[in-house]
Amino acid sequence: MSVTGVPVDLEPPSGQEPTEVPRGPGRLGDRLFGGSATLAGTIVIALVTLVGVFLLAQAIPAIAKDQVNFLWSREWNVDSEPLRFGVRDLLWATVVTSIIAMLLAVPVGVAVALFITEYAPRWLARPAAQLVDLLAAVPSIVYGLWGVATFTPFVGPLQNWLGSTLGWIPLFAPKYQSSLFVVGIVLAIMILPIVTALSREVFSQTPRTHKEAALALGATKWEMIRTAVLPYGQPGVISAAMLALGRALGETIAVTMILSALAPGSPWSWSLFNGGATFASLIANNAAEFDSPEKTGAYIAAGLVLFVLTFVVNAIARIVIERRKAFTE
Amino acid sequence: MAKRIDVENLSIFYGSFKAVEDVSMTIEPRSVTAFIGSSGCGKSTVLRTLNRMHEVVPGGRVEGKVLLDGTDLYGSSVDPVGVRRTVGMVFQRPNPFPTMTIYENVAAGLRLNGVKNKKRLDETVERSLRGANLWNEVKDRLDKPGAGLSGGQQQRLCIARAIAVEPQVLLMDEPCSALDPISTLAVEDLITELKPKYTIVIVTHNMQQAARVSDRTAFFNLSAQGKPGNLIEIDDTTKIFNNPTEKATEDYISGRFG
Repeated sequence: MSVTGVPVDLEPPSGQEPTEVPRGPGRLGDRLFGGSATLAGTIVIALVTLVGVFLLAQAIPAIAKDQVNFLWSREWNVDSEPLRFGVRDLLWATVVTSIIAMLLAVPVGVAVALFITEYAPRWLARPAAQLVDLLAAVPSIVYGLWGVATFTPFVGPLQNWLGSTLGWIPLFAPKYQSSLFVVGIVLAIMILPIVTALSREVFSQTPRTHKEAALALGATKWEMIRTAVLPYGQPGVISAAMLALGRALGETIAVTMILSALAPGSPWSWSLFNGGATFASLIANNAAEFDSPEKTGAYIAAGLVLFVLTFVVNAIARIVIERRKAFTE
Repeated sequence: MAKRIDVENLSIFYGSFKAVEDVSMTIEPRSVTAFIGSSGCGKSTVLRTLNRMHEVVPGGRVEGKVLLDGTDLYGSSVDPVGVRRTVGMVFQRPNPFPTMTIYENVAAGLRLNGVKNKKRLDETVERSLRGANLWNEVKDRLDKPGAGLSGGQQQRLCIARAIAVEPQVLLMDEPCSALDPISTLAVEDLITELKPKYTIVIVTHNMQQAARVSDRTAFFNLSAQGKPGNLIEIDDTTKIFNNPTEKATEDYISGRFG
């Protein structure tokens, strides 16, 4: 019924066949692309799952034969039956070196990123950014060489001084030169470019309107960064830090080269100046000797702990980012 | 509280490009002055020199004077940060801080000034939100993100944020261009309510809006593409819209170009 009283013809004009929707070309391309993208995604998920299954399958028999507490023991004796191995020392060395690296690299990396995006004059910003990226291209083995030959002797006096003035704190008790402390600093340098590059990327995407909003309220440059740039970039910085932490936890060759191994049975120490082995460096050091399945299984069990550790760290980062999500859209 | 602005022989540059040439005008306190003109004629640029936001753009600089109650904003001893605390600004697109709650958005300016007293913050937030006609809509969700509001509410939130620091002057750069007609009306009503307390300068592309809200209107124009923009005339809004002195103004407001 028409409101205006004019009859409205809702029927299509008679005598015409309803036209079919033409099937255009290009459907094949759509299917091919969709199919290959799905395949790629599936492969990645399958790979991660298989890695987990492999680690578990190899580690569980070894752990079952373990005569001591796998997580709590400090022993590592897999050369003769019965097997006695635990990861406490490895966990400590891995976590401590990574924490030192993060404590140094994240603030410095964020500061460098802010310098490049906000403070540096234009002619300097690009070369500075490229130079930092270049740090990421230096191979680990070079960091290892440099760490052993140059950096360890260089930090020696600082370690001695810390040891003699703060030695009463267990963390700074004097021990060795090729220590967790030195490794932490070298790791910090290695992960600095990751933190810097990703932070720089998110900071430079801060919408101009947010920055102007802060400036128009009478914010100084630093206040503008605090109210507009840092909150905007926070999830990105957290992601950057987690990627960097992943690298620090798993870094192998540089740690293996620098860190002095401890004699079996040496007493427990909280000192940062102690030697030791991380998960990765222990496995690398012994890779030539995987001669029995039990022995191999013990090292794979250590690798499993490292896998779980990085997994947990990433999960925590996800949760932190999710919780801020309502405020970033 | 409102202050008078005298612009004297102001020319504005982006690097070596002269964007606006030789503007002189007086903006009266407790009044609304509208800047109209076609796109690219420099009206927003002039507005942004009134709180030294122009300098935020790399290469931005000015020649001439902008006097706020007789003090040159571009004097050598004047701190741009201080100027921006006195002269507030509302932007074309609503830009609440996305990571902050509604409350924190309004309190942001006070926090920058070092106000920590909870009671004073609460009072100012409520007063500013009431002043921006937003209080009743948001009073139950002050702890929710400001970015979750509608566009019109966001713009009023930005106005609340600007007036929370009690500026002497309020600059508005096309504040309604991203808003629907109802939100536009809300903001226009708000401008009229704020007028007795502030000196308000508004840039608008909408001539009806200029006619509705402003007491005085300034018309800017480009003599040719690539040439700097000029102030053609500034006069009472009724005069500009009914009986302008300049032919160019008449052409523009009667829709013959622009």
